[in-house]
Amino acid sequence: MATTATTHQTKWWSGGKSPFNLEYGKLMMWYFLMSDAFTFGAFLISYGSIRFSQNYWPDANHVFNAFPGAGHADLPLAFVSIMTFILIISSVTMVLAVHAGHHMDRKGVMKYLLWTIIGGLAFLGCQAWEWTHLLTGEHAALVDGTIKLLPQTPSINPWGQFADHAAVAEALQHTPKETLISLVHEHHHDLTHSQLAAMSQTDLIGQLDVASMHVRNQGPPAFGSYFFGITGFHGFHVFSGVVINIIMLIMTYKGVFDHRGHYLMIEKAGLYWHFVDLVWVFVFLCFYLI
Amino acid sequence: MEQHHQTISPEVTFHHAPSDDTVKRIWKTTWVLSGITLVELALGFGIAKSWYGDSSGLILAVKGVICILSLAKAFYIVSIFMHLGDEIRNMIMTIVVPLLLFVWFITAFIWDGNSYKNLRNKYDPYFKETTMPVKHKEEKKEVPAENKSGKE
Repeated sequence: MATTATTHQTKWWSGGKSPFNLEYGKLMMWYFLMSDAFTFGAFLISYGSIRFSQNYWPDANHVFNAFPGAGHADLPLAFVSIMTFILIISSVTMVLAVHAGHHMDRKGVMKYLLWTIIGGLAFLGCQAWEWTHLLTGEHAALVDGTIKLLPQTPSINPWGQFADHAAVAEALQHTPKETLISLVHEHHHDLTHSQLAAMSQTDLIGQLDVASMHVRNQGPPAFGSYFFGITGFHGFHVFSGVVINIIMLIMTYKGVFDHRGHYLMIEKAGLYWHFVDLVWVFVFLCFYLI
Repeated sequence: MEQHHQTISPEVTFHHAPSDDTVKRIWKTTWVLSGITLVELALGFGIAKSWYGDSSGLILAVKGVICILSLAKAFYIVSIFMHLGDEIRNMIMTIVVPLLLFVWFITAFIWDGNSYKNLRNKYDPYFKETTMPVKHKEEKKEVPAENKSGKE
């Protein structure tokens, strides 16, 4: 706000100068980001619209509760909070790179750009782990009168409401032996796979306590479609941001910006990177928090 | 400071003077963003652990608070990290005013989704019966006849 006093005395619209006092490329980056905000906004609002049209929606805390190396421990919000802090910190290093650029500090720009790139790659790594975990998971669900072990994919959702106990007991009778072995193994780790394979269908069912199994029905498939679609689109933005930052790092290293006399390109790349962080605030809000 | 007379374009006449304040402001914003995120996580963790009981009104209020906190985060990122707050007012308005479309956008489509749900519950008993949340595990035992095969 300290600058407002100065700007009011200047006649911005009298010609000969940019009325917004911005270089063309930076102004266009702003308008691109505004349109991109509407793209993301449309996706998220579509998700909200579908969610409001359902009587039941899976609880994110049941779906996203895993942490690398923690096995089956129930840790809602833990992993995604790490991803969130990675993005916040990489946003800080980016704004420090922009600041170093203002001072024509080539080494500072390179140092902070490198940290930003590392942060971006770390975030992408986390997302890759999260997606893999969801896509390869096995959750017992009641499907067409049998029990199936389902992953969370763009079209399958194993997080419906808890299935009726009587229906589960009935479904177990029609469930393939392989699935029963996996189900029993989940609850009785002491039994080896070959021991279980030697047991009969009835004995296997006898090992299972329907009340403690927490078998669910299938949930709305839109849950996965929106989750993978929108986090994927965001991840693609992170990826392209990392690529842009790597190009900026190479250009800085080669002294392109020193030769030009300004580091404006770093500012534009910075705007894009902050936008990626900004979008994550809302992706995080819509998919994990509420 | 002194070395800040960069020749970006002859038409760009005024340069913001980055000072040591800038770095201070960046770190202050970092702490604000981290703090808000921690509060959001605490509130969200409360929802996960059912601290707020079964009162859906209270949970909705907590979610509303989380939404407002996210908007505050967005404001700090755009205003400080992206330096939009330092630009000329007219330029800020060309970005912010179009974003007001979101007010209609969000209201209209959430309303529409909700209306679709109400209409289906009214005219599609099968949809209502198969998707309406079952209240509690205790209650579930009382209605074992309710199966998911949709026989009516």
